[in-house]
Amino acid sequence: MSTFSRRKLITTGIAAAAGVSGLALAERIAQKYGLVPPDHGGIYGLGETLTYASQRLLTRHSLAREFSRSQISKRPFPNEIPPLNEAYKRLQAGGFADWRLSISGMVAKPASFSLDQLRSYPSHSQITMLQCEEGWSYIAEWIGVPLSEILQAVEVHPEARYVVYFSIDPDWWESIDMADALHPQTFLVYGMNGAELPVGNGGPLRLRVPRQIGYKNVKFITHLTVTDSLKGFGKGLGSAAPEGGYAWYAGI
Amino acid sequence: MVTERTQPADSFDIECVRAAWYHSRVGDSVCIPSVASAVQTTTVPPRHSALVRITHWITTLCFLALLVTGIEILISHPRFYWGETGNDLTPVLFKLPIPASRNLVPTGYGYVLPDQNGWSRYLHFQTAWIAIFTGLLYLVCSLLNGHLRKNLLPGGADLSWRSLSTSIASHLRFERPSEAETRSYNVLQRIAYLFVIFILFPLVIWTGLAMSPAFVSAFPATVNLLGGQQSARTLHFFVSVALVLFLLVHVVMIWLAGFWSRMRAMITGRVATPTERT
Repeated sequence: MSTFSRRKLITTGIAAAAGVSGLALAERIAQKYGLVPPDHGGIYGLGETLTYASQRLLTRHSLAREFSRSQISKRPFPNEIPPLNEAYKRLQAGGFADWRLSISGMVAKPASFSLDQLRSYPSHSQITMLQCEEGWSYIAEWIGVPLSEILQAVEVHPEARYVVYFSIDPDWWESIDMADALHPQTFLVYGMNGAELPVGNGGPLRLRVPRQIGYKNVKFITHLTVTDSLKGFGKGLGSAAPEGGYAWYAGI
Repeated sequence: MVTERTQPADSFDIECVRAAWYHSRVGDSVCIPSVASAVQTTTVPPRHSALVRITHWITTLCFLALLVTGIEILISHPRFYWGETGNDLTPVLFKLPIPASRNLVPTGYGYVLPDQNGWSRYLHFQTAWIAIFTGLLYLVCSLLNGHLRKNLLPGGADLSWRSLSTSIASHLRFERPSEAETRSYNVLQRIAYLFVIFILFPLVIWTGLAMSPAFVSAFPATVNLLGGQQSARTLHFFVSVALVLFLLVHVVMIWLAGFWSRMRAMITGRVATPTERT
């Protein structure tokens, strides 16, 4: 008996120590490889970290599904948009000629792009699905310039970890990690289905992140900031979504 | 547990067991509890192993959380489609006759339900992780310790048409199960549990993952095989309905068999002896 209980004690001790150090090690590795989302605190932190870490590992180089032209939705659904503010209406009245996308933060050359300047880059298009967390979806051809090209033009510092992007609607701002920011399908979108991007779908400029659901695809964007930490933005949870009760990472 | 000991007991062990048995009977504090309980557990094995009991209740809690949060997510848009896409501007496959928690959805109701989508998504995915780990633990252990083969796979004779029809008939008459079923699952029970474990659970995980834009970017076949993202959503709903039906039948059967005795067996592992039953 004494040998048995001693053995049991030792095994339990070793298992507990292994468990604790395993968890600590896992956390250090996860932090090092950027597998911990900014909203990892709180009661849903475990699930969020597992989802973000596993999807980040599985999808580092994967491409969102692209569809054929015949699969484009006949009427791309313009979801509810907030009442557009005075600043937006003023720019809209001027045909968005004065719309600017300013880029700041950890870049060598902070810059401000007009829509025409963005259009001067070779235009790319993708036929991908936009799906909302509510459950509905549509497929459209999204036309724009890959964010990676613009980030290259402003020369992002190598230590950069996130891109934070802001709508002209002050309540709507999001952020993505560099894996998504430099992903070939992450576009600054100014056109849809061969025409200008309609206001209802985010015109004149929307950030398209096709491997994440609707709310990460911020409409009417005016500003980007490149950073190595999300602590200084809002409540430090990464974006407006967690402040409103939604997950920062929305790949599912 | 000490019950795993298989080597022949030497005289030392027998002495210890005797001593422990004696001490436990006279209530002497010198008694070594682990041995005393070992004697009892070897004579009366639990109806359900600790693993089955623990994973059963974790799965129960997970299922209820997934169900409630799933309903909360669903009522954001209680319309269903087939194929890749669907929204307020496209025809529906069917829609649930309930109001929605978002105001743009044309439900025919003049009011909007409280919106609980945010935390429901957080909890749905977190619970899914816990359920998957619990399921994997159960599956691996059940394969290794023979639980699956001994307690869940129906015996050849039980699968004869005659045996099946007898079992179906007694279920349809709502007969109280025989004493033998206190110790072992009947054939319909085995088939139902296997169906849930190997068909419905994998399907609900598959259709769930098929809705994730990031997951399907890495594994497009998960959604393409189902006919599209909206098809996956619709199938996820139907599999969930099937799981709820299973839960209802499961609880009714437990009730018929004797709710408290079955609950005790699944909580403590102990089964009531015939004299204890009321």
